[in-house]
Parts: sequence; C-alpha cells; structure tokens
Amino acid sequence: MPFAQPLEIQNPDFTKEVMAQIDQVIKQYAGIPGSLIPVLTACQEIVGYLPIELQDYLSRGLNIPGSTIYGVVTFYSFFTMVPRGRHTIKICMGTACYVRGSGEILNRIQAGIDLKVGDTTKDRRYSLEAVRCLGACGLAPVVVVDDKTHGGVTPDKILDILSRYE
Amino acid sequence: MSKLNAEDLKRIRENAKKAISLREGEAREYSKSTYRSELLLCSSTACRASGSLEVKDTLEKELARQGLQQEIRIVETGCNGFCAQGPVMVVQPEGIFYQKLTAKDIPDLVEEHFLKGCPVERLFYKEPVSAEAIPRMHDIPFFANQHLIVLRNRGVINPESIDEYIAREGYTGLCKALLEMTPGEIIEQVKISGLRGRGGAGFPTGLKWEFAAKAAGDIRYVLCNADEGDPGAFMDRSVLEADPHAVLEGMIIAAKAVGAQKGYIYCRAEYPLALLRLDIAINKAREYGLLGEDILGSGFGFDLEVYQGAGAFVCGEETALMQSIEGKRGMPRPRPPFPANQGLWKKPTVLNNVETYANVAQIIQNGGEWYASIGTETSKGTKVFALTGAVRNIGLVEVPMGTTLRTIIFDIGGGIPKKRSFKAVQLGGPSGGCVPEAFIDTPVDYESIAKVGAIMGSGGMIVMDDKTCMVDMARFFMEFIQDESCGKCTPCREGTRRMLQILEKITHGHGEPGDIRMLEELSAFVKDSALCGLGQTGPNPVLSTLQYFRDEYEAHIYEKRCPAKRCPALIDFVVDPEKCSRCGICFKNCPVNAIEWKKKEPAWIDKAKCIQCLSCITNCPVDAIH
Repeated sequence: MPFAQPLEIQNPDFTKEVMAQIDQVIKQYAGIPGSLIPVLTACQEIVGYLPIELQDYLSRGLNIPGSTIYGVVTFYSFFTMVPRGRHTIKICMGTACYVRGSGEILNRIQAGIDLKVGDTTKDRRYSLEAVRCLGACGLAPVVVVDDKTHGGVTPDKILDILSRYE
Repeated sequence: MSKLNAEDLKRIRENAKKAISLREGEAREYSKSTYRSELLLCSSTACRASGSLEVKDTLEKELARQGLQQEIRIVETGCNGFCAQGPVMVVQPEGIFYQKLTAKDIPDLVEEHFLKGCPVERLFYKEPVSAEAIPRMHDIPFFANQHLIVLRNRGVINPESIDEYIAREGYTGLCKALLEMTPGEIIEQVKISGLRGRGGAGFPTGLKWEFAAKAAGDIRYVLCNADEGDPGAFMDRSVLEADPHAVLEGMIIAAKAVGAQKGYIYCRAEYPLALLRLDIAINKAREYGLLGEDILGSGFGFDLEVYQGAGAFVCGEETALMQSIEGKRGMPRPRPPFPANQGLWKKPTVLNNVETYANVAQIIQNGGEWYASIGTETSKGTKVFALTGAVRNIGLVEVPMGTTLRTIIFDIGGGIPKKRSFKAVQLGGPSGGCVPEAFIDTPVDYESIAKVGAIMGSGGMIVMDDKTCMVDMARFFMEFIQDESCGKCTPCREGTRRMLQILEKITHGHGEPGDIRMLEELSAFVKDSALCGLGQTGPNPVLSTLQYFRDEYEAHIYEKRCPAKRCPALIDFVVDPEKCSRCGICFKNCPVNAIEWKKKEPAWIDKAKCIQCLSCITNCPVDAIH
C-alpha cells in the first residue's frame, strides 16, 4: 500500500513546510461544498503541481473520492500532474495572435531550446504551454513568461527574451 | 467606515465630483479641483505589457524634479480602449492624447508640456493616411465615432477607487432600485429597455429575470459569467479592469429583482488584473455597506464572491459553469430544467454576462425607454466589440446597435494596414462565422448578423486581409473546438475530431473529392445533435467559410494550391525571377539563412535549409514567391 506512507517519504518535493501549508488549506476548506477547485488551485500554488499521491492525500483530508479529484484535475487545463519549470512560457494561440504569427514563434522555441508544448526542460528552467486567448489581442502576438506579458513578439526576439529568465 | 445610507452616498458624490471635475472637461477656472492638470494614464493589461508602469514611475520622478507634484496628478485608469497605441495617456482638462509613450519620452514631455505649456507633437496620434497629427482625443476618429454606455468610465476613473465611481453617478441606479422600486418594477424597466444577453445568444434579460423571480424556492443565486474564452475577445476583461463597480451594481440590482441573497462572479484565471480589481471593488463595496446585510438601509441583503475558473472554455456554457462552481468537472447538462428553475445547487439562478450587468445600473437610473431609444427595432442599446486582426486601430469599440460593419472597421478601425485589402471579418469566435466584403454594409444587430451566416457572439471582431487562408482559419477554429470539447456527448467529441481530420488533410495537400460534402454532412449532424452550445455552434466557422469561400477549399483540394499562401504544404517556396524586385527583404527576414541574394539579382531559396516559416512570403512586397 504505497499510498499509506506519509507524503514526505513518497516524494521529496513534500517538505515539512509544504505539508504544513497543505494541511492549512485542507483545514480551511474541509466540509465546504464546492471547495475542491479552490483547494487544488491553492495546492498547485504551494507545490507547483498535483501529483497522484497528493490527490490521494487531499481525498482523505477533504473526504472526497480520489476518482472525483482525479477527474477534476485532468479536466481543467490549469492543473498539471507533472512538475513545472522555474519559468512558465505561455504562448497565446488565440486567433489574433495566430494570424500575426504565434505559430512561427512556437516553432522557434521548439527548435531553439528543444522544448515541446506541455513539457519542461531537463534542468527545470522552462515549461512551455500553448494557451487560449489571453485577451491582450492589441499586442498580438503575445508571449507571457511567468507574470510578465510580452507583446509584439517576433520569432527573432523570442529566444533573447527567454534568455533573461534564469 | 460605517455603513452608508442614501444621504451619505450623495455627500461622497458631491465631494468626489469636485476632485475629478478636471477630467470631465470642466475648465480650469471653474474647477474646484486642487490640481492644475490630471494625467490619465492607462494601466490595463495591454498598456502595462507595453510599459505603462515604467512610464508612471518616470513621470512621478520627473514631476517631482520639476516641482510639479502638487499641481499635476497622475491617475491610473482602466483600459482606455486604444490598445495598439499603448501606453496611452490623456492630459486633462485639455484632452490632449499621447500614445506609445516610453520612459525616455517623459523628461522632454514634462518639460515641454507641463513646464512650458507646449504639447509635444511627436507623441500625438497620426492620421494613418495623411500622417496629420491629431492632438485632442475627441477629434481622433477612433474615439469620435463611438457611443459609450458600458464603457462610459473607461480611461476616466481610477478603477480601484469607489469614490470616483460614485462621482460618475455610480450606485445611483442602485439607490433607486433598492429604495424606490419593487422587484416587479425593476424587471419591468429591464424588459422595456429591450436589453438582451451580451454573452452572444441574445436572450432578453428581463424575461430571464422574470422566470427566476417566479420560480419556486426561497434560495436564489445571481451569477456573472466572466469566463470570456473566445479567442480574440477581450471586452469583459476590459470592463472588469476599467469599471468593476458597474458590474457589481448591476448584479446587486439583479439580485433585488429576483430575490437572491448570494452571488458569484466566475472569472478566468487568465485575467489576474481583473481578478485583483474585482477583489478590491468587492471589499470597498462591503466596507461602504453596498454589499452585505441591509444595503443602504433598505432591508435588502446580498453578498458576492469571486470564483476563479481553472481553464476550460466549455465553462462559459451556463450549466457547465454552475457545475464548475459546485467543484465538479465543468460539463454541460441537458436543458430543461433551465437554470432559472434549477441552476446552481439546484436552486433558481440568474446568469448574465459581464457586459449585460454593466448596462443594468444605467437602465434603472435613466429608465428603460431611454435605453430602448438607442439601437434598432429588435436590438437595443450599444454593443462593445474587441476589434483586432488586420486592422489599423486595434482596440475596444462601443457602438449603437445597427452601426454597419463598414463604419466599425473603416471609420473607427481605420481600415486595413500595409496596403492590403479587406477579405472578411470574423464575428463570434469559434461559434460564429465570417462576413465577406459583399456584406460589409450589414448593420450589427442580432438578426442581421445571423442572416449573413455569422452570430453577434460576445463581441470578438477579427478582421482578415487577403493574406488569410480561410481553410486554415476554419481548421484553426475546429482545432480549438476539438480541444475544448468536454467529451460528454458523442457528436461533439467524435464529430469535431473527424471534421478536424478532414480539414487538416485538406490544408496538408491531401484533400480528395468528396471532402467538402463530408464536411457539410458532419456539420449538419453535429449542429443538430450536440448537447450544448459549444457543439451546436462549433461547425459554424466551417459552414460560413464554405458558403463564402468555397473556391478556396476547391483550390486546396483539386489544384493543390493555397490562394492566400498560408498553407506551407501547398507552397513550392520558389522565387519567380521575373516578378522579384531584387529588394532583399526576404533575405533579411529569413530566420535560418536559407535565402541567397545579392544586390540586383533575384533571390533564391535553398529548400534543404528552409523551415517553411512563411516569413519570406509574408514580407515580400511584390508577391514573387510561390
């Protein structure tokens, strides 16, 4: 029964501090109907991703079936079950950005730093996501790195922009 | 601060009015403002990305250096609307409009304009054809041709200040609704106004409220749909960032009308600034007692919560949105029962879009008949559009219903840049369709737009020039629908996948006779049998491009040719030496050095190195590459 083991032993990402924060979130939301998505959002902010062992832990804490949690995690694109890099690159694939060449920017990243959509580089420096319209169409094409929005990006500029994020 | 009553609200309004009078264009001599000038600097998502925060920091430093900080005030406003020219700033009371500011421009600007009194012409808006500089905001055609109701506070108030909203007659409608009107009278006024749902479907708002008010049960909910997901649409984000209180006020009035005690705003996680400003607005409203128990001493109580979406387009569908708030997978369910009878937690629920709510307070304040006097026979009021794509003046546009597409795209939008020609305009995103040039004089109202094969939709308006491939566009939208299909019903899950496969086959050069017929058959089938709006409208982009641009499909399938030169598999990447003007632009733009070129000689593409990125074709001024 691997799930019966404490999370700290199963996965080194779960340090004592992380566990304390997760328990705090569970305490805050347990028993409130409809609180699963806010709990998952909070946990992903703490840990960076939602591995299956964490889902099992939440299932016990919130008294929600593990299958329901897994169903929700896999349904929403915001949630991820694999670790993310230190910097998340989001390329807008909305219509306005697409028409203005975001596909070419994507190709350049894939060729330049060997990173595919949905993946993380081996050194966990970058994760790459192709996302839905970010609503900044006036600046198309748009690339968001972490919380910073870069507008009017061209294939030539993109690798230079990324190199600023260590 | 203790809770307010109607008198307190009036007092706050009187004081705040003095403070913002310069901004409303009142002459300096009469204004009670303690400042000489106000600088309205846009700090929405788009302008921030273009550097408005750096501009603000430098402005503060420069004003202090010149000793002007007591005379001139910087105000961070919500979206001004002219996004592509950002960062933008308006100087009041003169109404001078500065665009594309950078931190470098600021020292010069402060010295010339604020110290010497000479506005800086090089930072003015330039008329795109004549290159004439236009100093004043209200003379710029982009602004002059708009009619603002929903966006009336844009670029005027600080969205994080409730007092400034109140100064602009904010919460007047709420006072009237709570203290002078019965729920029935509120619904009656909304019905008279003719307001229809701005999320796209256009259901009469008053009727929706009436159903919910009549439904059995003592607990009711009011929800706001801020899960704006259509690619190319950013109206709701801008409203929430520029004027969050207008949405709150509309929701509280709706709550009184249907007898709800609790509401949620379901907002996308992709809109961090909108979420932040909503949060500030709600806390301020609570502090003033405009949310919570016994609002304005009327005995009526209502409270609101923001619910953050987790990235699923289908959650914009009403039943899916409610499932998501309940903490489940956001999958739609069949209707009836309609949400007005059984919505969130199986209780009667009213769900409207951000823009719909933003209209409500003014309808109550000025009366339904005032609103109904604007617009057309069947579509009343104004509509906000997010104008993007191949158009000069990208930004947010509010026009009365019945304005023609030509006015929006050419008069307000300034036409098509780069000497290219207009091909079509896409309305309604993945649920909508394209309107070709032949129908560009169509007025925007729900019925006329539907007649030409598109939908009003939530307000995304993407202009396409002659370099857009309509088959590729249809493929793009189908890929989006396919990706966002929740998988619950078979027609949408499987049908859209098959349609995408056919479209990919065609754009990759493997199209066969019979493909078009198959697309039409599948479209009809998915439209008829899908469970929710996502699937039922998903085939629209395919159907409308087939209707107007069938020849492009045929060229792809039978001649293996992409007329717009956007599908790499159908392009040879050969330079025509006769046509080539020997300018070398392709050579300079090629990212992988696959083009050989010398002065006075035609270019040549090395296909072994070429990655088919299309940058040469996009930039060629004489269309010499095929």
